[in-house]
Amino acid sequence: MTLTTENAARSGENIRVTRSRRNVAWTGLGALVVVVVLALFPYIVYSGTTTIMVQAFIVLTLASMWNLLAGYAGLVSVGQQAFVGLGAYFVLILAINGTSPFAALPVAAVACGVAAVPLWWLVARLRSGYFAIGTWVLAATVMLIIERFSSIGGGTGMPLPGLSGYDPALLTAYTYWIALAVTVVALGTMYLVLRGRLGLVLTAIRDDETAARSSGARVGLARMGVFVIAGIFCGAAGAVQAISQLGVQPDSIFSVQWTAEMAFAVIIGGIGTIEGPILGTIVYIVLQQTLSSYNAWYLIVLGLVAIAVALYARRGLWGLIDDHLHVRLFPVGYWLWDADSSGRRRGLGRRGGPGRRGGLGGQGPGLGRRGRSLGRPGRGGQ
Amino acid sequence: MVWVNAIIQGILTGGLYALFACGLSLMFGVMKVVNLAHGDLAIVGAYIALGVITITHIPVLWSFVIVVPIMAVLGYALQRTVIQAALDRSVLTTLLVTFGLSVVIENALLQFINANSHALGVGNSIITGSFSIGSQIQIAYLLVLIFAVAVVVLLGLQYFLSASRYGRMIRAVADDREAAQLSGVDYRHVFGIAAAIAFGTVALSGIAYGMYSQFAPTTGTDTILLFAFAAVVIGGLGSLWGTLLGGVILGVAQQIGAQINISYEVLAGYIVLLAVLVLRPQGLTGRRA
Repeated sequence: MTLTTENAARSGENIRVTRSRRNVAWTGLGALVVVVVLALFPYIVYSGTTTIMVQAFIVLTLASMWNLLAGYAGLVSVGQQAFVGLGAYFVLILAINGTSPFAALPVAAVACGVAAVPLWWLVARLRSGYFAIGTWVLAATVMLIIERFSSIGGGTGMPLPGLSGYDPALLTAYTYWIALAVTVVALGTMYLVLRGRLGLVLTAIRDDETAARSSGARVGLARMGVFVIAGIFCGAAGAVQAISQLGVQPDSIFSVQWTAEMAFAVIIGGIGTIEGPILGTIVYIVLQQTLSSYNAWYLIVLGLVAIAVALYARRGLWGLIDDHLHVRLFPVGYWLWDADSSGRRRGLGRRGGPGRRGGLGGQGPGLGRRGRSLGRPGRGGQ
Repeated sequence: MVWVNAIIQGILTGGLYALFACGLSLMFGVMKVVNLAHGDLAIVGAYIALGVITITHIPVLWSFVIVVPIMAVLGYALQRTVIQAALDRSVLTTLLVTFGLSVVIENALLQFINANSHALGVGNSIITGSFSIGSQIQIAYLLVLIFAVAVVVLLGLQYFLSASRYGRMIRAVADDREAAQLSGVDYRHVFGIAAAIAFGTVALSGIAYGMYSQFAPTTGTDTILLFAFAAVVIGGLGSLWGTLLGGVILGVAQQIGAQINISYEVLAGYIVLLAVLVLRPQGLTGRRA
């Protein structure tokens, strides 16, 4: 890999390249502890709490995928509810044919990934705003087609078979665990994707699409890859939703409100960072729970906050934290160290990589307050 | 004969869809803004008309005299504040902001009015009346009127853009913003004017839809935005007459679908749209970029 040679060359100049300014192992350990603690929740909290947590996991999974689409690949999709719905319906179809809904979930997720390929082909030629409405039409079309089949509930939907045998407490716990598992796998996949080759290609496209193309980056393929990955995990989230609601109802599972939720969580938390959607989801769930007795108010408030954040704090809440603390829980960029100096504080800060700014750009180079940027300021934007 | 009827109804409905699409097309053509709140704003126009009619008892058909200026002012204000601020940042931001607006408007309507359906001009003989050709074909006066309005709006827009002083400024800014600025044009003001005109057509389309069918807060995105988009894409981006053609094709596809099975109405329109996206992505009148 060119990266290794680059590292070797750099080390000749006494510059060390690491993923992060801090030791990643601690983050990994921290993440493991968080996951283990979360996995123990059904034993220590009331089922009402785990039900809210399941919603939070669904929103977090969706938000992470929307972040991958909009923040890294520049694809503002308003049609991800197509995959939420398809995931739910694939689970329903498998459950009708006798599979346990829990076993059906991974199959449904993969099926959504397969379905994403032809759907991508339909909207691949649209750009920015027209891509947004194009995916919206796609979601509406998928719903109208699914509603034609009366054997899976037609326009009214139907309950999910195969769940009645479970003890209610056990069912709640299983639902919680599978929701947690989906989220962990989704975040893990996203992290690995962004650290890997696809992440590099996406960064190159985001900085300068023409230059990336002329350097041989397969832009279309990279975008399709992102769309398929997002399809898989939005489908998995939809499957979790079907299991937690014990059934599927086409109008609500294909509602554009899913996209509103994921987009708002991403924008508020910080678009183009892995950490942002996590923060955004927390804000989302807190607001939703606080305002739940006021009907539509939580979406009005979230929408207004999201507009304000998109305009005035474009890197979201995580951006504000990052500016002050220079923390990176999931480092996907690189950090250059001047190995001559023993003092870490003189490390040359290059905080590029997809984790830095997201598609909004314009924040200038990734200058740590104590470092000097080696990277050219990305143009960002589209 | 039922098929002839379906095609005639489809062509006339196409006028309504072209009217939906005008504002979307104009905002994209001039400012490169895809306004995801387009449909919700049309519904806001319909609700304003409802309020205006209730308060002033003005005839429904004349409600546009009040509603269009209100929406135009709203358009200018929104453009100069929120949308311009988003445009100054990036294309992505305009999408995020207009999508946010769309969700906020829809839920605000649900919260402050209600989810019930409303309609404009129930009982008005021009709006509900129709005339017949032969025994099979019944044509509603309203659809003919809307089609005529759509043609007048398109002609007016074309004349305005090609002949008037502001129209020239709008075209200049759309073509080359820096050059227009160097010639002393304040592009922000020109964008505001373009948005005001676009919102005026949005108000007309909202009123037209309110008379044509029932509307509720969710109608904005479900119907108006997606149909407007379909008309624009089928017809070809940036072409006003292409928009009318796109609207007519969408309308005919829907009516033929409805003739086969009433529940295929919307689906048939979308399938034609997706076919155009695959086979002729530049639209029917568009040239290859």
